[in-house]
Amino acid sequence: MADLAMRATELVKWFGEGDAKTVAVRGVSFDANFGEMLYIVGPSGSGKTTLLSIISGILRPNEGTVSVEDEDIWNMKSDQLAEFRLNRVGFVFQDYHLFPRLTTVENVAIPLILKRLDWNKSMDEAMGFLEIVGLKDRARLPPVKLSGGEQQRVAIARAIASRPDILIFDEPTASLDGDTGRRIVDFVKKNILNEKRCIIIVTHDSRIFEYADRIMKMEDGRITGFEQGVGHEE
Amino acid sequence: MRGILKIAYKLLVNDKGKFAALLMGITFAVFLMVMMTSMFAGILHRSSATVLNIGAKVWVMDPAVNTPANSIPMPDYVLDAVRSINGVRYAVPLYSGGALVKLRSGVYQSVTVIGLDDSSLYGRPELIEGQIEDIYAENAFVVVKDAEFRKLGNPRVGTEFEVNDHRGVIVGIARVTTSGLFGVPTLYTTFNRAISYIPSTRFTTAFILIEPKSNEAVPSIKAQVKALGYEALTKDEFIQKTSNFYKYQTGVGTNVLIMTVISFIVGLSISGQTFYTFILENLEKFGALKAIGAKGKELVYMILFQATFTSLAGYGLGIGLASLLITVARLRLPSYAAMITFVNLGFAFVMVLVIAGISSYIGVRKVLRIEPFDIFRG
Ligand SMILES: Nc1ncnc2c1ncn2[C@@H]1O[C@H](COP(=O)(O)OP(=O)(O)O)[C@@H](O)[C@H]1O
Ligand SMILES: [Mg+2]
Repeated sequence: MADLAMRATELVKWFGEGDAKTVAVRGVSFDANFGEMLYIVGPSGSGKTTLLSIISGILRPNEGTVSVEDEDIWNMKSDQLAEFRLNRVGFVFQDYHLFPRLTTVENVAIPLILKRLDWNKSMDEAMGFLEIVGLKDRARLPPVKLSGGEQQRVAIARAIASRPDILIFDEPTASLDGDTGRRIVDFVKKNILNEKRCIIIVTHDSRIFEYADRIMKMEDGRITGFEQGVGHEE
Repeated sequence: MRGILKIAYKLLVNDKGKFAALLMGITFAVFLMVMMTSMFAGILHRSSATVLNIGAKVWVMDPAVNTPANSIPMPDYVLDAVRSINGVRYAVPLYSGGALVKLRSGVYQSVTVIGLDDSSLYGRPELIEGQIEDIYAENAFVVVKDAEFRKLGNPRVGTEFEVNDHRGVIVGIARVTTSGLFGVPTLYTTFNRAISYIPSTRFTTAFILIEPKSNEAVPSIKAQVKALGYEALTKDEFIQKTSNFYKYQTGVGTNVLIMTVISFIVGLSISGQTFYTFILENLEKFGALKAIGAKGKELVYMILFQATFTSLAGYGLGIGLASLLITVARLRLPSYAAMITFVNLGFAFVMVLVIAGISSYIGVRKVLRIEPFDIFRG
C-alpha cells in the first residue's frame, strides 16, 4: 500500500451566478499517492485546470476538502496557505509563466528567495537545479532566449527548487513538439519522481500516456473512471 | 526580505521602457512643482528685499502698510513718541521712495531711493567701493550693485546724474544680500537729502527702525506702538506680512499657487497612470508569484518598494533638472528670481511621497485581488 500524498473529497467548484453559472467541478474525490505519476485526462473544458488549482491551494473550492497530512488546506489562513504552496507544491503552469526580465537562474531561484534564503545561496542552489534539467550553461540568459522545451525545463527546475513533495503539471507538452514533450516527461519520470514524491499531470497528449502509473478520466467536471497506466509496474 | 526586494527591483528596472516612462512622469512632476514654488519663493524673498537689506530688528509703520515698497508716511511726532518708549535703545527714521534719474546719456530711469538716518546711518549697506562717510558729501549717493545695476549704465565712483533736476554723484558702490522685485536700481542717501531732493508729501518718515534694548522688550514695544495707533513688527513678521500680501492679495501669488496645484495634479496623473499601467502589465507576474507561494504582505512590500524607489529617483532627477534650469537662467538673466529653498524641496518631497502612496495604494489593491487561477488557466 503506497503512502497517501493527498486526498480530495467531494470537490465542487462553480463560476458565476444565476444564468451565467458554470459548474466546472461536480463532486470529485480521489487520492494521490507518493511514488506515483497520476494523469488526469479529459476533453478541453472538463474542469482539469480548475481541479489542479483547487488541489494546489490556488483556487478555493465551493464545496469539499483537500487534505494533506490530515489537514484540510482550505481551512488554513492565507499566509499558511501561501506557505503550503511554497513548501509542499511545485506547479508547472501550462504557459510556464517565467519572468522575462529575470535571468534563467533568477527565475529558478524565486521559490528559494521566497523561502528567505539569502541571494547568493539561492543562486547557487538554483544553479544546481538548472544542472539537473541540463540547462546550467543557459543560467545567465533571459528565458525568452531559450527554446520552448528549454523554457519548460526551466519551469520544472523552478517547481522543484523548493523541494516540494507534490508536483503538478498542467498540459506540460501542449506547446512542445511530440519528441520534445516525450523527452521531458521521460526525464521527469526518471529523474524527478521518487518514493517521496507524487506527480500529477494533466494532459490529453496520448503520446505521453506510456509514462502514467494511473490515469484518471474526467468529463464535464466528473470522474468517469480510473485506468492502470502502461508505465505502472507491479 | 532583501532578496524579495531585489527581485522587485529587477522586475522594475530591467523593464527599461516602462521604468523610463515612470521616471519621466515623476521627474516632470517634481520639476514642475519645484520650478513653480521656487519662482514663488524667489518673488516672495525679493519682495522683502528692503527689510532684509536694512536688517533692523523692529519696524514701525502705518497698520495699512502691506509691503516695504508701499509705505505710508508717518508724522514726526511718532518718531519722538517711539523714542520715549521703554525698552527702545534707539529709533531712527527711514525714507523709502521712488524717483526719476536722468543719466548722462539722457536716458531716464526710475530708481528706489532709501534715505538713511543722518546721524547714525542705521541700516547702511556694505560698500565694495568708496567710504560710507562720503555719503555726507554734497549730492552724494551710494548705488547698489545688484542685478539692476547696469540699468544706470554701470556707474562708477564719480559718475554724475540728475535726480529730479538736482545734481547727483555716485560716492560708493554697495553690495546687498537681496535684489528688489521691481527691476529698478536702488540708491542710498541720507534721510535729509532724500526728502529735500524728492518731492514729498506732508509727512516723510516711511518707517521707523527700532533697536530694542533686548529681545524681551519687543512685546511691550509692540503694545505701546499699537497704543499710538501704529504697528510695530519684527523683521520676520514684516517679511511674513509682505509674503502674505503677495500670496493672497495679488494675482502673482494666486496664480503660482494654482499652477503649483496643477503641476501636482498633472504629475500625479502622469506617474499614477504609468505606475498603474506598470502594475497592470505585470499583474501576471504578481499572480505567478502568488501562486508560487508569495504572501500578500510580501507582494505589498514589493510594490511599495517599487513605488518608493521610482519616486525617490524621480525626485532627485526633478530637483537636478530644476536646479540646472535655474542656474542656466540666472547666467543669462541676472535678475531671474527663482530660488530653491528647503521649504520647496520639502514640499516637493511630501508631494512625491503622496504620489508614491496613491500609486502604490492602487497597485496594492489590484495585486491583492488577483486570482492566480485566472492568469494561468491558459
Ligand atoms: N474564471 C472562470 N469563469 C467562468 N468560467 C470558468 C472560469 N474558469 C473556468 N471556467 C469554466 O469552467 C470549465 C472548466 O474549465 P477548465 O478547468 O479550464 O477546463 P480544462 O482545463 O479541462 O480545459 C469550462 O467550462 C470553463 O469555461
Ligand atoms: Mg486547462
